[in-house]
Parts: sequence; C-alpha cells; structure tokens
Amino acid sequence: MSDTQIADAPAPRRRNIFETLELDTRLLGMIGAFVVLAVGFHLITDGRFLTPRNIFNLTIQTVSVAIMATGMVFVIVTRHIDLSVGSLLATASAVMAMTQTLVLPEWLGLGLGHPATAWIAIAVGLATGVAIGAFHGWLVGYLAIPAFIVTLGGLLVWRNVAWYLTSGQTIGPLDETFRKFGGINGTLGTTGSWIVGLVGCAAAVWLLFSARRNKVAHDFPVKPMWAEITLAGIVSAVILGFIWILNSYQVPAARLRRNFEARGETLPEGYTEAYGLPYSVLLLIVIAIVMTVVARRTRLGRYIFATGGNPDAAELSGINTRLLTVKIFAIMGALCALSAVVASARLTNHSNDIGILDELRVIAAAVIGGTALAGGIGTIYGAILGALIMQSLQSGMAMVGVDAPLQNIVVGAVLVLAVLVDIIYRKRTGARS
Amino acid sequence: MTPDQTTPLVEMRDISIAFGGVRAVDHVSIDLYPGEVVGLLGHNGAGKSTLIKILSGAYRADSGEILIEGKKVTINSPRDARHHNIETIYQTLALADNLDAPSNLFLGREIVTPLGLVNDAKMEAETRRIMARLNPNFRKIKEPVSALSGGQRQSVAIARAVYFNARILIMDEPTAALGVHETKMVADLIQELKRQGLGIFLISHDTREMMELCDRVSVMKNGRLIGTERVEDVTEDDILSMIIMGKKPERAA
Repeated sequence: MSDTQIADAPAPRRRNIFETLELDTRLLGMIGAFVVLAVGFHLITDGRFLTPRNIFNLTIQTVSVAIMATGMVFVIVTRHIDLSVGSLLATASAVMAMTQTLVLPEWLGLGLGHPATAWIAIAVGLATGVAIGAFHGWLVGYLAIPAFIVTLGGLLVWRNVAWYLTSGQTIGPLDETFRKFGGINGTLGTTGSWIVGLVGCAAAVWLLFSARRNKVAHDFPVKPMWAEITLAGIVSAVILGFIWILNSYQVPAARLRRNFEARGETLPEGYTEAYGLPYSVLLLIVIAIVMTVVARRTRLGRYIFATGGNPDAAELSGINTRLLTVKIFAIMGALCALSAVVASARLTNHSNDIGILDELRVIAAAVIGGTALAGGIGTIYGAILGALIMQSLQSGMAMVGVDAPLQNIVVGAVLVLAVLVDIIYRKRTGARS
Repeated sequence: MTPDQTTPLVEMRDISIAFGGVRAVDHVSIDLYPGEVVGLLGHNGAGKSTLIKILSGAYRADSGEILIEGKKVTINSPRDARHHNIETIYQTLALADNLDAPSNLFLGREIVTPLGLVNDAKMEAETRRIMARLNPNFRKIKEPVSALSGGQRQSVAIARAVYFNARILIMDEPTAALGVHETKMVADLIQELKRQGLGIFLISHDTREMMELCDRVSVMKNGRLIGTERVEDVTEDDILSMIIMGKKPERAA
C-alpha cells in the first residue's frame, strides 16, 4: 500500500495491524480463501471435511503436485513454462521402479528387500530427472528454442519413454523402504511429530529474532516487540496445531492388530497409535524451506528473479542467463523425480498413467499461488498453498458427490477466476502485473 | 590524435561489427584519457551505442582491438568489462523492475555472508550510504524500482556504476529522461568524477550539453567515425555539420 507514499515523505507510517505485523496481504487473502473453502466443505459434508483423517489425506495428496509447483515458480518467474513435468515424473518413476524391481535385485543380484535398494533407486531417479531437466534447459537457454516447444515435445517424449521402459506394464510392488515416502505407509508417529513441530517452532522464532537483530545492527526500523511476539505466537500455534491434528488421526484398530500379528504379538487391550507427520509431508516441508532460501537468500535466486524482471538487465549485469536457464530446468527435473518418489510410493507401484495432467495441476498451483506468467513475481509458499487449495477443491467436491466432469469444470473456472482476482488485486495495490 | 603524453585509459582501435549485412561500426578508433570526458555524437543508428556496447561487453567486435592502459584486453561479456573497472549506465537503465534498489545496485556482485547467502541488510545499508551522497531525497529503498520516478531510477543506475570504483564510465543518454534539477545533478556528478580521474564516455543527442560537459567529441555517421575534435577548437555549428553532413570542419591555418 506504500505506492501512495511520495519520495519526500518521512519514514513509512504504519497504517493497520497487518502492516505493523509486516504480513503479506496477498498471502492473507489466499489463506482466507482456503479457510472459506475448507469451512464451506465442512458444513456441506456435515463435518466430514475438517477431520484429522481428511486433513491427513489432503496433505499427502497435495505433496506430489506441491513439490513440483515450487520448481515451477522458478520456471515461470524466468518467463518460461514447463509442460513436461507430468511426463518427466512418469519417466523418473519408471526408471526408479525398474531399478528397484529388476536392475538391483536381479541384474546386480542384491535380491528383494535389500536396505540400500530404495536409496539407490532414488539416487538414480534424481540423476535421471536432473539430466532430463538440464537437457531441456540447454535446449531453451543455449539453442534458444522456446520453452513452450521444448517441453511440449518433452510432454510426448518422456511420457512414452516411460511407457517404453516398462512396456506399459504396472511395475510393483515397490521396495518397502521406498514405499515409506508415499504418505500413510511412512509416518513419524506421535513423539517424532511433536519433536519436529517443536524444532520447527524454535527455528521460526530464531529466524524472526535473528532478522530483527540484523535490522537493528544496521539501524533499520523494526516492528514493535509485541508485533514480533504476536507473529512468533501465531506461527508456533499454526505449526503445533497442524502437528496436533495429524497426531489425532488414529491408526485403525484392524490395521494395528495386523501389524502386531505380523510381529508375532497380540494387540494389547486399549492400545492406540496415531499416524503423525508423514515422511512425504516432511519432505515437502524441507523442500519448501530449501527452495525459499534459494529464492530469497542466494545469488541464484536473486538472478532468477532479476532475469524474470528484465532479462536484458540481468545479461548486462554479467549474469550468465543461459546457464541460469539450465540450472532452473535441472532443479525442476530434480523436483519431478522427488515427486515421482512420493507419487509412485503412494500407489505402491509404478503405473503407466502416473502423473498424467500433472503439468496442468502444477502450473495452476503456481499461478493460483500468485506466480505471474509475465515473469519476475512468485513465491514458494504461494505455490504450495495454491496446490493445497486445488486439492481441497477437488477432494471436497468428491466428498460432496459432485460428478467428475463438473469437478474439472469448476477447477478450470476457479483457475481463471483466481488469475482475474490476482490481476485486480495487483492493480489496486499498484504493483506490476 | 594524442593530446596528452600519458597512456590513454582506453583505446579502441579499428573496431568493426556487422549485423546481418549492415556495418553498424566500420573501422572506428577512439581513445579516452584519465580525467577526461569524451562525447560520442551522431544520429540514431550512427553506431554510437553499438560501439560503446562493444566496450561494455554486450557485443563482441568482429575485428579490431581494445587496449586498457596500453594493454590489449579481450572483453567477451559484461563480466569481463566490469573486471576491467568499466561501468556502464545504459539508456534503458538496465534495471530489474521487480527488485528493489539494493538488489539492482548489487546485481551480479552481491555482498554475501560467510555462508554464501546474500546479505540484504548490508547491501541496504550500503545503498543508503551511497544514495545519501548521490540523491539525498531518495527514500524508497525497499520498493521495487518500478515504483520509482525517472530521476530516482536514474540515480539507482548511476549509483550502481560509481559504487564499484569504476575507472572508466560509459553513460548512454544519461539525462534523456530527466528534469532540469536532475540533469544538473548528473552534470555535477560528471565534474566530480572527472576530478577523481575517471575517464567518461558520454553519449547524447544534445549538442549544447555535450559542448559543456565534454573535453573532446567524436562524431559518427553511418557506422563511420567522421572525426574527433577538442570542444574549444570547434563551434556548435561545426559539430552539427559533422553530424548531419559528415563533413570535417575546415581548419583555419
């Protein structure tokens, strides 16, 4: 809102509580939309939407698209697009599935269930993703083929490379350790989740106050202490609240009994166990943090946003924009591979149609999350929130019993509407569209 | 034409570059001495900006050589040019509109913490320091530069060039978008930088302004160098006829 402020004005005045807290109003708007959506579905479904069980499912369903959406932010910010992420995911998934079911156990003789299998498969998948992504980036950056064309080609090529590698068959079951990344098959349990939550709170508080210290050290204005403490309180409450919800989702008794019987024990009377934080969600959180640090605090991120804002200026500032393009697409490729781990682990096998239409979901998540297709603008947390909103909409409608074609019609309309709202918002606040 | 005994700061010898079939710069040689302002004049498309972009690393010459303080150098990229302390203020300003002033000022040369992360607070403090000197009215440090006025944007571009101890400064139409007050600011700055011993290449359309600011002017037309004259030796009309007709002034004996 500071666009009204003129050059000679004194230090910016604090207008309302949001400005005092230095919160992003756009983020608040998105959170508001999400809350309205969630509460709406909760009421329509007679209280089935905002249950620990559904929230747990919602988060694990969001992870795969959200991971790729963080990378798509970088791609779109630099005025490119990647239409091949769904197919790249399929190829990475196929490569990993073949590695763990055929190459390692049979060709290399490790046998099934070897403890290293999952990790080797993931490493191979990551290498595949990075190589394909870097190759796309090289075609775009060095050979100057538009990203739209390169990745449109990639959409067809990698979908069918995956098909070719697996002869179109479903490959599974996947390695047991590998499956832990899928969501419900691998969670931290109650205690572990609380520990992660507390570490998260401590880190958030430390970040807030070290930023404040840094500002004070350079004599910059800081927000009042009560605002800082309020913000720290809100953040901690959100983190711990989320953990508490996930920890409230009890493992069904039948499943517990099976687990105990598998170990040759019997289920004690009154014994309960909760799922807690899934590894896949933990992976997403780690990726979100790393990508946010890259975007905001590294030269790479600075160059990505500078190139998106003005490619010529970036070039004239001595930034190697071609190599930068290769790096961005390589990051995208790596994230597609990680998504492939989560997606195939969740299904417990690699299927031929894995990741179909994911490119559109990922682009939609990034765009709903405030990434501007004109380049230069976008946030990681926005993209993740965008993915969550899309998934909530989809799951919510499915729970309400909306017909499948209608679901997609609504999702499509919401995408267009979200961009319209964003355009109006940016005009109102005077920011560049 | 060597008016001083010292080695020139920059010598561009016999530079040519062609785009497609068009010879944008055709065997042009110019030089620049410490503490001197050399103006480049000519019509649109005369090749001034192209010539200067070869020095700033944006283009690579097809032939010819560049000497910095008598030593032959190769400049293949803007990074190389910066390495030789050549700084450029482009006509378009070359700012990333979505980033704030400190990010633009340090673009490509960020101050980093020991961990390798960008040190925004330090860069902001440095920006405040240099802006206090260049343009004390400048307050919108944290806003994207798209929110700034023409003059403020110009000060960011200038700050970026002078902050890093440039020895050779290229200014492409530095006053084109500015008001009277800001034009004066740029003129004063040029005088100050001259005193510090920088060499400045100045590109402008405004002949009168060039006569005031420059020590020598080089006139180009259709990619060729018409001539280089000391400003006290020629009149504004002489310069105009060089620009328009491509004729060298006749010397009184």
